[in-house]
Amino acid sequence: MSDVMAPLDGARFDGLVTVEALPAQGQITLRCEVSDDYRAKLSGLLGLAFPEPRKAVSDGDRALLWMSPDELLLLLPYDEVPEMLARLEETFPNWILLAVDVSDARAHFRLSGAPLRDVLSKLVPADMAPGAFVPGDVKRSKLAQVAAGIWLRGPEEAQLFCFRSVADYAFRVLATAAEPGGEVGFHGT
Amino acid sequence: MSTRLAKGGRLTDRSKQIGFTFNGKRFTGFAGDTLASALLANDQMLLGRSFKYHRPRGVVASGAEEPNALVGLGQGARFEPDQRATTTELFDGLVADSQNHWPSLEFDVGEVNAKLARFLPAGFYYKTFLWPRAFWKHLYEPVIRRSAGLGKAPHPEVRDIDRYEHFHAHVDLLIVGGGVAGLQAAKAAGAAGAQVLLIEQGAHWGGRAPVDGGTIDGMAAADWVARTVAELETMENVRLRLRCMGAGVYDHGYVLGYERVTDHKPGAHGPRHRLWRIRCKQIVAATGAIERPLSFAGNDVPGVMLASALRDYVVNYGVSAGDRTVVVTNNDDAYRTAIVLKKAGLAVPVILDARPLGGGALMEEARALGIRVEPGRGIAKVLGGKRVTGVATCLQAGEGSVLEEIPCDAVAMSGGWSPVVHLWSHCGGKLAWDAENAVFRPDPTRAPTGADGAPFLGTAGAASGAFHLSDTLADAEKAAVAAAEALGHAATAAPPQAEAASEAALLPVWLMPQGARAELRMKAFLDYQNDVKVSDVQLAAREGYESVEHTKRYTTLGMATDQGKLSNINGLAVLSDALGTPVPQVGTTTFRPPYTPISFGAIAGEARGEIFQPLRRTPMQDLHESNHAAWEPVGQWRRPYCYPHPGEAKRDAVNREINATRQSLGILDASTLGKILVKGPDAGRFLDMMYTNMMSTLPVGKCRYGLMCNENGFLMDDGVVVRLSEDSWLCHTTSGGADHVHAHMEDWLQCEWWDWKVFTANLTEQYAQIAVVGPNARNLLETLGGMDVSKEALPFMTWAEGALAGTPARVYRISFSGELSYEIAVPANRGRAFWGKLLEAGRAWDITPYGTEALHVMRAEKGFIMIGDESDGTVIPQDLGLSWAISKKKADFLGKRAQERTDMARDDRWQLVGLETLDGSVLPDGAYAIAPGRNANGQRNTQGRVTSTYYSPTLKKGIAMGLVRHGPDRMGEVLGFTAEEQDHTDDKPTLVEARIVSPVFYDPEGEKQNV
Amino acid sequence: MLTLPCPCCGADAAEIELVPGGEAHLKREGPGASDEAVERYLFERENPKGVVLERWRHAYGCGKWFLAARDSVTMEVYGTYPAQTHEPPQEIRDRIARRHPDWAQGA
Ligand SMILES: [Zn+2]
Repeated sequence: MSDVMAPLDGARFDGLVTVEALPAQGQITLRCEVSDDYRAKLSGLLGLAFPEPRKAVSDGDRALLWMSPDELLLLLPYDEVPEMLARLEETFPNWILLAVDVSDARAHFRLSGAPLRDVLSKLVPADMAPGAFVPGDVKRSKLAQVAAGIWLRGPEEAQLFCFRSVADYAFRVLATAAEPGGEVGFHGT
Repeated sequence: MSTRLAKGGRLTDRSKQIGFTFNGKRFTGFAGDTLASALLANDQMLLGRSFKYHRPRGVVASGAEEPNALVGLGQGARFEPDQRATTTELFDGLVADSQNHWPSLEFDVGEVNAKLARFLPAGFYYKTFLWPRAFWKHLYEPVIRRSAGLGKAPHPEVRDIDRYEHFHAHVDLLIVGGGVAGLQAAKAAGAAGAQVLLIEQGAHWGGRAPVDGGTIDGMAAADWVARTVAELETMENVRLRLRCMGAGVYDHGYVLGYERVTDHKPGAHGPRHRLWRIRCKQIVAATGAIERPLSFAGNDVPGVMLASALRDYVVNYGVSAGDRTVVVTNNDDAYRTAIVLKKAGLAVPVILDARPLGGGALMEEARALGIRVEPGRGIAKVLGGKRVTGVATCLQAGEGSVLEEIPCDAVAMSGGWSPVVHLWSHCGGKLAWDAENAVFRPDPTRAPTGADGAPFLGTAGAASGAFHLSDTLADAEKAAVAAAEALGHAATAAPPQAEAASEAALLPVWLMPQGARAELRMKAFLDYQNDVKVSDVQLAAREGYESVEHTKRYTTLGMATDQGKLSNINGLAVLSDALGTPVPQVGTTTFRPPYTPISFGAIAGEARGEIFQPLRRTPMQDLHESNHAAWEPVGQWRRPYCYPHPGEAKRDAVNREINATRQSLGILDASTLGKILVKGPDAGRFLDMMYTNMMSTLPVGKCRYGLMCNENGFLMDDGVVVRLSEDSWLCHTTSGGADHVHAHMEDWLQCEWWDWKVFTANLTEQYAQIAVVGPNARNLLETLGGMDVSKEALPFMTWAEGALAGTPARVYRISFSGELSYEIAVPANRGRAFWGKLLEAGRAWDITPYGTEALHVMRAEKGFIMIGDESDGTVIPQDLGLSWAISKKKADFLGKRAQERTDMARDDRWQLVGLETLDGSVLPDGAYAIAPGRNANGQRNTQGRVTSTYYSPTLKKGIAMGLVRHGPDRMGEVLGFTAEEQDHTDDKPTLVEARIVSPVFYDPEGEKQNV
Repeated sequence: MLTLPCPCCGADAAEIELVPGGEAHLKREGPGASDEAVERYLFERENPKGVVLERWRHAYGCGKWFLAARDSVTMEVYGTYPAQTHEPPQEIRDRIARRHPDWAQGA
């Protein structure tokens, strides 16, 4: 709908890497104590494997990201959220489980380009080295002064998310770090 | 004179001339020069003035230890004071100026201080400027301010135009220092399989070895360096970084590196400095050693230099500091300088060797070149003022009786070498006194230890006190093997074969001559930049300063920008002698990071301008911007304070917004309010602990105002709690409090009641929240359509879910203004559009967006408290007349027990009241109500204070809230409050009179909000 | 700059990703507790030179609180462990005892 406006939707910076603000992303926070039953039922519902700690699993436009020992973040198309919440309710009746729509609470960016790890290393204290951060990993850390999650989707592509109120800040610091001339050549390209 | 030699200069490229200016004069140098070498090549020996006496100062060293050759570099937006000429790479168009002189470098008025030197001994400032106190403001401070400071600060209005950035690196092994020890360590550890980062502060690899000579693996040191660097560059697990200094080592192997990316090519694309934030498992500090000066009278006269520096200028840059150089030493190494100078065709009239028997093989080599060597001799004093003209020699064992005057224009001095132990010491490594070499060196049995309790930093080469080339390389190999093994790599030591001249033992010389008379000691400088002399340290000792740390502060020894790199050991040896206490017992001062100064820009990194700090934006922020909002910072949010029309004053805008809202219709962006979802079978029980009120009994569909206290009983946050369903509540918090309250809830759930079945989620940013306020609020929502918002369907303090004008919405019927009011939460992505719909549909009622100030005034008119105004971390809800919100039925809640403490329960706590000035004016914010008498400190007694104060356009007068002792029992009483501008020494203060009234100024019965 | 392994998510957390929470294993005193007990609970902290048991929140990570046994002088980390316990696990107590044979929790 035209009423929907994701933070910075469409903003783009082309530098050492390309930074793109993604359109509205459906997001559901799931909190539940993990059990075999929970794993099985959730995987059955979503058609996605249950992610290992600090990992993501994805298939097409759906992904399940491990956020903490009792929290997952489900990514799906924005318009499918209400239906998914209803199906979660059906799948887990009377469970001690929190499933809530957070699609509007976070901004997502796609970062792509060869010096991806070098650019992120300017802002993120966590280890961005190829041996410590492999495709499929999700790191929750800091992006300069704000909290951010980084899902490495490929050798040269990451999806970064942060609270929507700091989307503008995140975009600006990413663009600053990706400014041409700031090549570091540390992680190799 | 100092000049460029006809040939030589292994680092310079004579085919590339470079133009630069110093003090406005144009000079030329060569590519590869430092500013210092280029100035010396142009016979510019005098480079600045010292800090205290404004004595003439020339280049002393050739590297990071330089205390004198500090210049102001660049101009305008690139000006930076206190840059070391010795480490500044020359570039075309460089502009430098000397410092600390007026009116000119050659003629300086402040030099008169030097004439008064005997009246300005150690501790002069402390002694002289103590009394009388009144002199501080008008006499001492202005004088000290004018003469204090090193260099001049950049103009306050000028902004640095360069870019800076940080870089986080995680490495297994960091090697600091790219001399032969660092290179060998990198090679060995790299071969063992470790991930290595090797950083070197300078622009070249190899350190001193290519200048000092010797062979490694049968080849000249410079060739070995080139070969090794080439080898390292092919190793995938080794990274090399020039112009990157190891600035500091911190706990758990955290290291700051300071990379000067484009200092040598200003204006180049890219950041100027990059601050490396390195987290490593092992560190090898191959940081080399620094030559020590000798303490003799006149050792600060321009032309007196470290022996190694004179040789560096000849070998590296093809520059001679003088035509005739006297060498004075207590060790063999300085002979290398004599030999280099002689071979370059320069005169060396004499080598004064303080050792009674002189030196070893290098002495013989010097003699064979025809250089006169005088063992057992030293310098009584240096002749000359702005430039050395000669030396007067004496017996080292004597008191300074002159034996001979020898004309010369340079003096090369060497007091031995001190290992650079800074990085070792930064993180707790201890030092041992090595009497043979007269140095403090790292004590390997007391290394810095890391998170696992094992050593994580070792030194290599000269930094360990292994000075001879073969020892240096063997020590580096050993350090690399130890680090590699600690990282789990098998490694065996196989150091390269190295050969260099053997050296005779040095003789510790802390004063020259040994029994120098007072007038000589007063001219023997320890700290060149701060003008600390041997006599100053001796005076401090006589005055009872026994601790080296106290002596440092009293005399300012080692407190200049060079942090005592040259002066520390000499100074503490003089102190040790004066106290009759051995050097190791006197100890050293603390080595603190950074090793050499780093720029503020590098520390700030990207955090400047618009990204200095994160500014949080609501979904409607850009609409507020285009509506010309004036801003109020609330945490990291910027909320509209008001929306002034063109030409309208802010206070008029606030009044207009309040009147419009109270009379018709206003809207407020309330998206910043915290919204925390609490869900689970134990959620009600949990919220009963979090809030002072009973929340478990709140019916589904209803809202309740709640107070949250910390365990100390003090009011922490407030907000409306909403019962969403049988097992879920939504807790609204203050705008600044969302993250804190969420963390607070998680703390109690995770750490105290971990068996309670509750989940929380911070939904603050999921919703755009808009308050629709005023008598026409309902009309507006009914116009939008989609939900029944009538009094019957949606009474006060209830909520409903549905869609308004097609936008999914949750509507809360709550009010902080006393008017008919709805707060509407819509998905944040739709907030911008929904705000637009409200404005469009609200035109009929002259809808007016209002800001935080109107919100505050309307709250205050109703007597509603504000967290942070009425509460300040010492206030309990009972102080604020909020006892009604404290459940009497609950056995427990956070803060309940603390509120029973005697101090909380006493009956004379200051309590909330309303205040009205007798003349209708607005009380000053924070003003105190005066009580008779004075307290033990002579201050007037007080009996209350103003916590929030506004002009009420509704009541057309000033209104205020405040806390007053026994306040609620004193209705109608008039108190005197301190006026805005107060002189607290005045016995008859100006007072503003105000009457104690009810804090509810507007619609006390709540008729308007309940319609 | 400490680096602590978060026992909740398994990541190595840099100090700037953590929020400190003071002394661990405090016993909450609520209504009915004596003034002395409340004073101890609210105000009295040991802040010892040596072994400290402290609370940390992996705020810029998984968001969980955990506990750390650490030496305030040498910065040695004896271990990190979940917050849902009243004492450090045996393995960590053993590691502490190796450096500080006389150490006892809360002593
Ligand atoms: Zn964690």
